[in-house]
Amino acid sequence: MNLVIKGGRVLDPAGGVDSVLDIFVRDDKIAALGNVPANPDMTIDATGLIVVPGLVDMHVHLREPGNEEEETIASGAESAAAGGITSCACMPNTEPAIDNEAAAEFVILQSNRAARSNVYPIGAVTAGRKGEELAEIGGMVRGGAVAFSDDGSPVSNAEILRRAMLYTKMFDRPVISHCENRELAGSGVMNSGMVSMTLGLAGMSNASEEIMVARDIALAEITGALLHIAHVSAAGSVELVRRAKEKGLRVTCEATPHHFTLTDECVRLFDSNYKVNPPLRTAEDIQAIKAGLADGTIDAVASDHAPHTEEEKDVEFSFAPFGIIGMETLLPLVVSELVKPGIITLQKAIELVSTNPAKILRLERGTLTPGAVADIAIIDTETEWEIDVGSFRSKSRNCPFHGRKVFGRALKTIVSGRIIHEHSPGHGAGGRD
Amino acid sequence: MEWKRRHLLGLEDLSAGEITAVLDMAVSFKEVSTRSIKKVPPLRGKVVANLFFEPSTRTRISFELAASRLSADVVNFEKSTSSAVKGETLKDTARNIERMGVDIVVVRHTAPGAPHRLAEVLNISVLNAGDGAHEHPTQALLDLFTIREHKGELKGLTVAIVGDIGHSRVARSSIWGLKALGANVILVGPPTLVPAGFRKLGVEVSHNLDEVISRCDVINMLRIQFERQQSGLFPSLREYSRLFGLNRERMQRAREDVLIMHPGPINRGVEIAPQVADGPHSVILEQVENGLAVRMAAMYLVTRGR
Repeated sequence: MNLVIKGGRVLDPAGGVDSVLDIFVRDDKIAALGNVPANPDMTIDATGLIVVPGLVDMHVHLREPGNEEEETIASGAESAAAGGITSCACMPNTEPAIDNEAAAEFVILQSNRAARSNVYPIGAVTAGRKGEELAEIGGMVRGGAVAFSDDGSPVSNAEILRRAMLYTKMFDRPVISHCENRELAGSGVMNSGMVSMTLGLAGMSNASEEIMVARDIALAEITGALLHIAHVSAAGSVELVRRAKEKGLRVTCEATPHHFTLTDECVRLFDSNYKVNPPLRTAEDIQAIKAGLADGTIDAVASDHAPHTEEEKDVEFSFAPFGIIGMETLLPLVVSELVKPGIITLQKAIELVSTNPAKILRLERGTLTPGAVADIAIIDTETEWEIDVGSFRSKSRNCPFHGRKVFGRALKTIVSGRIIHEHSPGHGAGGRD
Repeated sequence: MEWKRRHLLGLEDLSAGEITAVLDMAVSFKEVSTRSIKKVPPLRGKVVANLFFEPSTRTRISFELAASRLSADVVNFEKSTSSAVKGETLKDTARNIERMGVDIVVVRHTAPGAPHRLAEVLNISVLNAGDGAHEHPTQALLDLFTIREHKGELKGLTVAIVGDIGHSRVARSSIWGLKALGANVILVGPPTLVPAGFRKLGVEVSHNLDEVISRCDVINMLRIQFERQQSGLFPSLREYSRLFGLNRERMQRAREDVLIMHPGPINRGVEIAPQVADGPHSVILEQVENGLAVRMAAMYLVTRGR
């Protein structure tokens, strides 16, 4: 099929393109920019809109297998599509864990069956995510795994992580670290600070994250491995990554929208939708994250989409599970919190949500260069809308941004040349129905 | 009278006027306990439910007696709770009890904020009887009441709270109440139990009881939990007692008119020596008595609030 997207501002940082251009998509590939056929099978008018490479969310939790009542790979892929995300990478903290070739292949299989946005598995670093023995990383690479991580159960034994980094390096894949010192974080349920002190809730200090960021950077230095730090939330973590980059280490990191939008003051409501790990921190941490996003220290924005059912979350704050869903609010929060206030340009934003995460995961996506796979998001950054969890495509609703007015929405999401999501006013993804 | 609230969840948000309204009301209710017929009719036909998700005999009895002295009917519900225990949620339990025609729920819970969340979903009054390490408003109010009885007013007094401030809901509520009424607060204990961050609340933090004791009009000793020692927050009860226990020798440095308080239950010989707990400065049992009057006042006021 021939598809032409006409009149939009084409913004592709990887290809160095930022101008009003027509795009020609033939079958599943970008065929040409500017030079388009006169009578395509289909034409999309993108006048006044921005045409970008589909978003790549490198950190999501899709709960399948094991907790399908929270999310499935199919519902997650649908949620991604609604958010303009054409590829996402899901963490292996499923039941059982994604720690072998067949399990990785299962994710790819379910992704193909769903035929929405692409879902790539992140494999466990150690068997069963237990932190004891290396998982069969080579097998998982064959099965389609794009990175390796024990996710929320960080490898506490530094020697095991060192070996994992060395081993994973041979496949040119990153190890992703959730940096949390378990002893220091203890039974913490929120950021450690004035608010936790006032509320009498156990806190997790910035140091509990920074210590592990420092440790893992040191391990990356001695192994030469690719290290990616997940969801930096503490100001000191940003600084540690900045210094690692100055040293020339192969270290990258991501930040989540909630960590640059919300502070621990929100916890005063005792609403468990604000319970997330790493926890919401302070205004100073937000400043540091924004500075890191602006100066390139932080490479990517990822959602850390962590679905939980209403009954799991609707309990006392101390007892609720950690996690916020985020694929359908990723783009609007990047646009509203970073681009509109002038912290970063729209081009930089697209680098953070598409170009860079695609590079980190070695995906041949995240660009509109002719010949590339036609994964495209057509976005509107000028119309204000109100986030409504009721219209989410995710199976879960644990989102603290309900009712928030935002800018930035994917009107059309195209994967391999096929339109998989269209926002229609009055009945839209993440919009008020 | 300044009281307009339907709930009593904590002292953090209360004004000096609201706190004074409770204390003033408690003055008239205190007299009831001295009568041979210890009952007045204001809550006749009302029902109070004590929902205790954390064991506490003393506080529950105090609320129970307070309610019955106001002629309310009382039901008690006790249940241990933990994250591991599945079953009916707190909200569902409370909604069920609400439907039985209850007017006030008194909630004690291990999780901070549990009463606050209930106040959002219920149409009846919620009284916080202690939520985790967050707040214990009636305990702080009865402490204020006791101090006021002896000292006339709180303004300008210096009150030390000694012990495990970090884990104490009594300390938090007391800080808010004492500050609101113009008292100076000194928190005393080792840095592992008294985080320096408390200074940002406008209080003094000291790690040396001997240095501050002579300045205190009131010393409120908190119970030290044995498990804090086991989790490594201080080396031994013996060392804690030596550094922060209130004993006869240390009392030599205290003022003639110092008041010694303790929210109970007391660990005799740990945070407070028996001679001090039972001594002339101690108002510990008066606190218990005043607790009834303050809880009567709180229940009465929330039923009139909107």
